[in-house]
Amino acid sequence: MIKIAKATVLNLHINGEYREVLVKPSDTLLYTLRNLLGLTGAKPGCENGDCGACTVLIDNRPIKSCLILTVETIGKRILTIEGLKDVPIQKSFVENWGFQCGYCTSGFLMVCHSLAQIHPNANDHTIEEWLQSNLCRCTGYEEIENAIKSILTGTVRT
Amino acid sequence: MIPFNFEYYKPKTIEEAVDLFNSLKSAGKKPVYYGGGTEIISMARVHNVHMDAVIDIKGIPECNVHEVKDGELIIGSGVTLTEIAELNFFPLLSLTIKRIADHTVQGKITLGGNLMGPIIYKEASLPLMASNSKVIIAGRNGKRKVLVRDIYDKEKGLNPCEMIVQIVVEDKFLNLPYAHVKRTKNEKIDYPLITIVGLKDEKKISFAFSGICEYPFRSPKMEDVLNNNSISVNKRIKKAITNIPGKILNDLNGSSEYRKFMLHTMLKEALLDFQEVE
Amino acid sequence: MSQIGVDTLRKEAWDKVTGAAKYNSDRLESNMLNARILTSPYAHALIKSIDTSKALKSDGVLAVITGDYLPVLTGSIIEDRPPIARDKVRYFGEPVAMVVAHSEQEVMKATKLIEVDYEPLPVVNSINQSISSQAPLIHENIGKYFCPDTTVQPRAGSNLLDHVRIRKGDMDRGWNESDIIIDLKTFLPQSDHLAMETRNAVAEILPDGRVVISTSSQAPFAVKEEISKIFGIAEGDIIVNVPYVGGAFGGKATVDLEFLAYIASRAVGGRKVRIANSREEDISSSPSKVGTESTVKMGATNEGIIKALEATYFVDCGAYAGTGPRMAKAIASDCTGPYNIENVHCDSYSVYTNHSYVTSYRGFGHVAFTFAMERAMDKLANSLNMDPLDIRMKNAISEGDTLATQAKITLSNTGDLKACILKLKESINWEEGNRIVEPNGMIRAKGIGCFWKTSNSPINAASGVAITLNSDGSINLNFGATEIGPGMKTTIAQILAEKMKMDIDNIHVFMEVDTQLSPKHWKTVASMTTFMVGNAVIKAAEDLMEQLKSLAAIVLACTPEELDVKGQRVYLKDDPDRGIQFKKLVQGYEYPGGSAIWGPIIGRGTYIMKHLVPLDLKTGKGKTGVSWTLGAQGVEIEYDPIRYTYRLLKAATAIDVGKVINPKTARGLIMGGMSMGLGLGTREEFIYSDNGMLENTSLRTYKLIHFGENPEYIVDFIETPQIDGPFGARGLAEYGILAIPGALANAISLAVGMDFDKLPISPELIWKTKTGGKYDSL
Repeated sequence: MIKIAKATVLNLHINGEYREVLVKPSDTLLYTLRNLLGLTGAKPGCENGDCGACTVLIDNRPIKSCLILTVETIGKRILTIEGLKDVPIQKSFVENWGFQCGYCTSGFLMVCHSLAQIHPNANDHTIEEWLQSNLCRCTGYEEIENAIKSILTGTVRT
Repeated sequence: MIPFNFEYYKPKTIEEAVDLFNSLKSAGKKPVYYGGGTEIISMARVHNVHMDAVIDIKGIPECNVHEVKDGELIIGSGVTLTEIAELNFFPLLSLTIKRIADHTVQGKITLGGNLMGPIIYKEASLPLMASNSKVIIAGRNGKRKVLVRDIYDKEKGLNPCEMIVQIVVEDKFLNLPYAHVKRTKNEKIDYPLITIVGLKDEKKISFAFSGICEYPFRSPKMEDVLNNNSISVNKRIKKAITNIPGKILNDLNGSSEYRKFMLHTMLKEALLDFQEVE
Repeated sequence: MSQIGVDTLRKEAWDKVTGAAKYNSDRLESNMLNARILTSPYAHALIKSIDTSKALKSDGVLAVITGDYLPVLTGSIIEDRPPIARDKVRYFGEPVAMVVAHSEQEVMKATKLIEVDYEPLPVVNSINQSISSQAPLIHENIGKYFCPDTTVQPRAGSNLLDHVRIRKGDMDRGWNESDIIIDLKTFLPQSDHLAMETRNAVAEILPDGRVVISTSSQAPFAVKEEISKIFGIAEGDIIVNVPYVGGAFGGKATVDLEFLAYIASRAVGGRKVRIANSREEDISSSPSKVGTESTVKMGATNEGIIKALEATYFVDCGAYAGTGPRMAKAIASDCTGPYNIENVHCDSYSVYTNHSYVTSYRGFGHVAFTFAMERAMDKLANSLNMDPLDIRMKNAISEGDTLATQAKITLSNTGDLKACILKLKESINWEEGNRIVEPNGMIRAKGIGCFWKTSNSPINAASGVAITLNSDGSINLNFGATEIGPGMKTTIAQILAEKMKMDIDNIHVFMEVDTQLSPKHWKTVASMTTFMVGNAVIKAAEDLMEQLKSLAAIVLACTPEELDVKGQRVYLKDDPDRGIQFKKLVQGYEYPGGSAIWGPIIGRGTYIMKHLVPLDLKTGKGKTGVSWTLGAQGVEIEYDPIRYTYRLLKAATAIDVGKVINPKTARGLIMGGMSMGLGLGTREEFIYSDNGMLENTSLRTYKLIHFGENPEYIVDFIETPQIDGPFGARGLAEYGILAIPGALANAISLAVGMDFDKLPISPELIWKTKTGGKYDSL
């Protein structure tokens, strides 16, 4: 049985590295990433699971990091936006104007990246299902749709 | 950020979990069983729940079972909604849970959490109630099995020390003709204004509802009326609506009158799905 | 290659797709203390007592602050708002106390331990209640407040903050010439900006008294100026820094949390304190969008020519003035919409209620009158049995007409509305009809609307640009507009690159704004950044080139007039091969044999609004902006007459922007605006309970449009240059929102066959309107 009764040093697997960090059982992953590890790419937009700006990947699946305790990630692989290195969706967001203020972008990118890995041939319905987990206030979503579709079909639209 | 501290336990066996719950309780602490934790975390942030310890049941093998075996579908309480939808043993259940919260959050919510959490809609219970499914509950005196619809019953439901281990669905229900209709106030990602599921065996259609009253329910009376082919569909529906077994919700999502109207159109659609309407 | 009309990638694009972009909310330092507010659960109540003793004893707490500490009143128009309530609370969500503690967890815990004893007061829960003669007074001292805006006139003994009058032409004549008169009442609720980054600020007071504030603001210079004024600190001792801002939409133009951060830091000896709104606080405690009610009466001839407009607007400013009265003024001054109306009588009242207080919101009040006018236009067309598009064409504003404020219309200061309408006609396939019953029983309906808007800025709104250079001849560009999302840092660089005839990659933009380093820009609001900073950067480029040519003339032994600049090189016009590269000039020129002249070259440029005139208090005569960008919009829906639901199919805009600098950026801004407009039309509203409590304070209950719920967007640009705009460009960033709610309501009204004059239009509202709201009537 795992028992963590108070602040404890955990060795978490983040972006391909092991990172030691002092974690309280009540700390959310979002808090640990931002406040203790300086990984501020995941954003707090609501801390209620509604906006998706804090989305990261846990074992390649999107998770809202405000709705998971850091202690739940022991033994799992965490990937944040800082760990995405030149994957197609980043370029596609840049070239399709997939953001304005950029605050929701990390979350959208993580969902899109996971979708592209798991369902490289996702249809419109699946794209919609996955991307409805996130909110963007600046764009009309069309740009984001173009960005994800251009990498799923393998061609970057001009 | 959760504004208070608590202890975290992740037991490996049911016995460990139950014993732990009881010993924490006797030590004057407030423990909670913890599945996906989405409701617990978001409510704790705004001081709407408080606990001294969480017992994460996701490390218990029985709670992670997800298989069809010996004529039964068994789903552990720690299985996530996404896993259920992806394996898709029970299409009506998959369809229903794919409309709970959003896709990302479905990867965190567990079946047990949706059934037992504080949020009133508990839509995952609807296909389970319609299929007369059972819940395996573990407590101090070992395990017991009750109907899903009884877990919300004061007498038959869970006592505070008990946890849900598994859901058991008889496989004859898995591929019956079904209907699922969900309406929200305005958009896809939202709590239900109303959700209906229907499951049809040779004899009749079973219905379960969420969003009408403060709890999800099945109503024998409403089912009898809705299955009464001797009267017109419209009359059946009207009569069913007069037999709603509790106070109809009247809130920001919709007035109770609107819910009645919406229920009417939804039942019509559901019956149409079963080709009960010419 | 020209840099204008080109889809230049955003300068900050790679920062934003890698997590490298730092927002103010990302400034998390281990030496920071955390502050948090306790908010009022009542909309209107006396504060009988506040017991802070338990909170003070809680772990990690350094201070618990109430309104009695540093009691000041704030407000850019009327100084009526204490940063922390004193004696009474006036809205649900108002700060009543603030805790400073070491950690976020400690501060959250301690805030809960503060005990406040309230005595509830009768609540003013609507505009009607506010103006009733029996209304409880929300501000007992309403007549005595200091008003930094000298044109507002709060009425003592009432809840009325201001009354703006427009009196143009001769109303009697207007009514006499009218064959038909239509009227309507509209209601638009308060709602939230919902920028994804909640407001947050950090303040520190250094040992020598300098105040350093970093904040998620659209108005860093206003933060500096207002903190200076309110707390009596020399402006030079205040440094305000703004990194990337996670959306704003007007909501971050008011000084709000910066006051609290400063007060919190003062209370703990100047230590660095961070305060960040939770989403719930951002919605309920910080300022929101105005609510408005209107009565509009319009007269026209049988040919559809509008002869008279009489309109009354009430602006629900909530508990404090905020920016409300200025929006009420904007509503009055542009109230005709882009239509030529000779006789106009408009009253625009700002009132207090016990609702959330307000600040600017995308469109600055223009959505309110545009909604009323566009509903009125459709009613007029309907009554006259005319095509809604034709009636708008007939009344379209054009050169030689005048505004309600009697200011002159020119083609340059507005654009070509008729061209926009014709473009829209084509893009939404108006010819096929505007109400089509599909074979499956669904009804496809189209609604349209026209819009315009101006800046409504202060008379002296100004911008500056500073340019320095690097030894390699590349340029550093620095100006005071914050990058809140619209990409203006790139747009301004494009203008500079065009002017300098150089590669934009060699222009390095200072992405932050620091009031100590950056030239002042009034505020990043009013869609004015490209126009104002664009004009300033053109002057800066000219200044820079003049200096470069003067120095190069010495080196090349000619006069500056004989030189030109291109590709980071100064060369002889008559012999382009002969020239000198920037890199040899920009830090001073060194002769081959020794000695050097000149020194680092610094370019500067400025712009200030010209010829603005405040409105006359009796007639509203004046001039509120330099231009009125205009256009036409349409919304197509599919209505389900059985379920009373509808789907958004298309939203279209045709807008005359003068000149498109960056097409993809411009298109994105217009689409984003349309999306917000559809939000207002379909779902966004503050829902107040009977006792004035805001009931939807989270994203679980305050809904935004999600991916996939958006319609297909169509954006067309018309380019009629604004003569005094940078390369002819007019403002555009807010505009996508303006006529969308009206066009949507027109489409729904047409589809359903009932009038929808209030927003948002939910399926339940349609059902109630159509059936009377009783299930039994089915």
